[in-house]
Amino acid sequence: MSDHEYTPKSKVGKWFNDRLPLLTLANHLTDYPTPKNLNYWWTFGGILTFCLITQIITGIILGMHYVAHADLAFQSVEHIMRDVNYGWLIRYVHANGASMFFLAVYIHIFRSLYYGSYKSPREVIWIIGMLIYFLMMATAFMGYVLPWGQMSFWGATVITNLFSAIPLVGDSITTWLWGGYSVDNPTLTRFFSLHYLFPFLILGLVILHIWALHVPGNNNPIGIDIKKPSKDTVPFHPYIVIKDLFALLIFLIIFAFFVFFSPNILGHADNYIEANPLVTPAHIVPEWYLLPFYAILRSVPDKLLGVIAMFAAIFVLVILPWLDTSKVRSTVFRPIYKQFYWFLVADVLILGYVGAMPAEGLYLLIARVATAYYFAHFLIILPFLGMKEKTTPLPLSITEPVLGGSADMAMAKNNSDYKEKL
Amino acid sequence: MKNIFKLITFFTLILSLIFSNVNAAGEKQELLKVDWSFKSFFGKFDRASLQRGYQVYSEVCASCHSLKHLSYRNLAEKGGPEFTELEAKAIASNFEVTDGPNSDGEMFERPAKLSDKFVMPYANVQEAIAANGGAYPPDMSVLVKARGGGANYIYSVLMGYEDPPAGMELDDGVYYNKYMYGNKIKMASPLDDDIVEYADGTKATVDQMAKDVTTFLQWTAEPHLETRHKMGFRVIIYLTVLTILVYFSMKKIWSRIETKV
Repeated sequence: MSDHEYTPKSKVGKWFNDRLPLLTLANHLTDYPTPKNLNYWWTFGGILTFCLITQIITGIILGMHYVAHADLAFQSVEHIMRDVNYGWLIRYVHANGASMFFLAVYIHIFRSLYYGSYKSPREVIWIIGMLIYFLMMATAFMGYVLPWGQMSFWGATVITNLFSAIPLVGDSITTWLWGGYSVDNPTLTRFFSLHYLFPFLILGLVILHIWALHVPGNNNPIGIDIKKPSKDTVPFHPYIVIKDLFALLIFLIIFAFFVFFSPNILGHADNYIEANPLVTPAHIVPEWYLLPFYAILRSVPDKLLGVIAMFAAIFVLVILPWLDTSKVRSTVFRPIYKQFYWFLVADVLILGYVGAMPAEGLYLLIARVATAYYFAHFLIILPFLGMKEKTTPLPLSITEPVLGGSADMAMAKNNSDYKEKL
Repeated sequence: MKNIFKLITFFTLILSLIFSNVNAAGEKQELLKVDWSFKSFFGKFDRASLQRGYQVYSEVCASCHSLKHLSYRNLAEKGGPEFTELEAKAIASNFEVTDGPNSDGEMFERPAKLSDKFVMPYANVQEAIAANGGAYPPDMSVLVKARGGGANYIYSVLMGYEDPPAGMELDDGVYYNKYMYGNKIKMASPLDDDIVEYADGTKATVDQMAKDVTTFLQWTAEPHLETRHKMGFRVIIYLTVLTILVYFSMKKIWSRIETKV
């Protein structure tokens, strides 16, 4: 919290604020000292909040017209697309919004990985973030089932079947999840119910995520601790607000291109075929944002181990703050880690690519190598690198080289290098 | 500003990766490409082509393929074939629908009205399969969106009937099609020159009919395509102008301190 006491100017304001300090909260949010050197990768937090709210609003409207029943769901979606006023717009925003949400969350996560935002004292922010990410995947998966197309049905069948890999109780759990002996109407209705619930859980976690952020304050591109408020910080409003708005608008232009000019490019054509339990599609593929995990799942020959590997891929991220032993946060000062970072980015993109391909021949081999490397990055490279790596010297503050100029030439040079990179 | 370019490059990279993914997962045989009037930013339907396309649908396809998500009123709506209301009513009245129960508790037949859904050629899927040698003629309402390749795919299949390559044995009622998945299709080539007689005097070649009916099916799949394109153009202009304004406001605000934004 900001270190000065806030008192509202008006009498009514003071009366209310003494009883519920909403105005103090608003004052904290506007005055919140933010590092002045945040780059555009930091604007994705605001963009993600926007995405969540958009999904909730469009989702609530869709829920007014959608019918969660195996015989009517597909038809009700077509009703939305054809007969509901601007229903096509709301549905395309919601469907593409999910993709944009994931695009933004991946950038947000990789930003955190690059600048070490998960490290002490921000571990709790990171873990809450991973919970949000996990819930997002669950929500998106269940949402994809609702139109009850072929990919909905078979995607749901594949994913729920994963639980049957659990020894002894697997089959009972799957039957319990389905509400029957296959994916059917009870599965659809419960998925709808949970798909409606989860975004509000996410919203709650987002509030905790921001709260946890406001305790230590933002990390920044050079990853050093800064005094707050100081010459190194600017108040959140108007500086960060206007910058976030600018970035959001650029994001919205890209979003609008998808919604208005290629609304189905990110989906699978088969999902416009009504679900048919008797016809299996040639290739069952999840939505693009789940592909890396799908690749990991399929790269392990054993079903149970594959499921474990898939969940472990998320779990290593949760414990990342303790796997990365380096005390230096920002990759800017970690020349060796920087290379491994980009290897990881490439690795995840490769996993995503092979996840969309049939699991055979060369694709399967690539998927196995990429899966092995993914785990090696977190479990072997990060712990050892943190102990061995020689990092370059850190600047004393954000403004130091700009204002006073540093006596240490190496440090000043380093800092100008860093400036170029931004 | 450099950051923004970086950001956009990054976006483009990711998106192009996704596109290539989607495309690579799809077709093997290169599809025939048509320069459709409804593609591109300002894409609109060719009204005359939509009307001809409806004629092909109703005279050729409709005997097996349903359009169950459409209503007769759609034929007169803006952005579609835009038949006049009278014409659409006349089309509807050619079909009989079951209504009721009436005050005596009995169901009765009456001519279809604008508000009725398109009458289906078969009572149910089983009947459709039984009547078509074991293959279900898919509902055509969203067929264009349900096939990778979209309109080009539908057009290609209509144009793709050929003699099977030497050595390929086909069962009775199975036909060779260059573009169909697995090259086997249970629908005989539906189009022949002059199989319909266009009211507007256009020569009914196979190519012409294939284009017209594909255009029509694109509309049945995306009845609001024209509104979408028009609105999209306005939205993007609006957002661009707003972005520029916000950019200069941001510069102004950040000029109060020494840090560049």
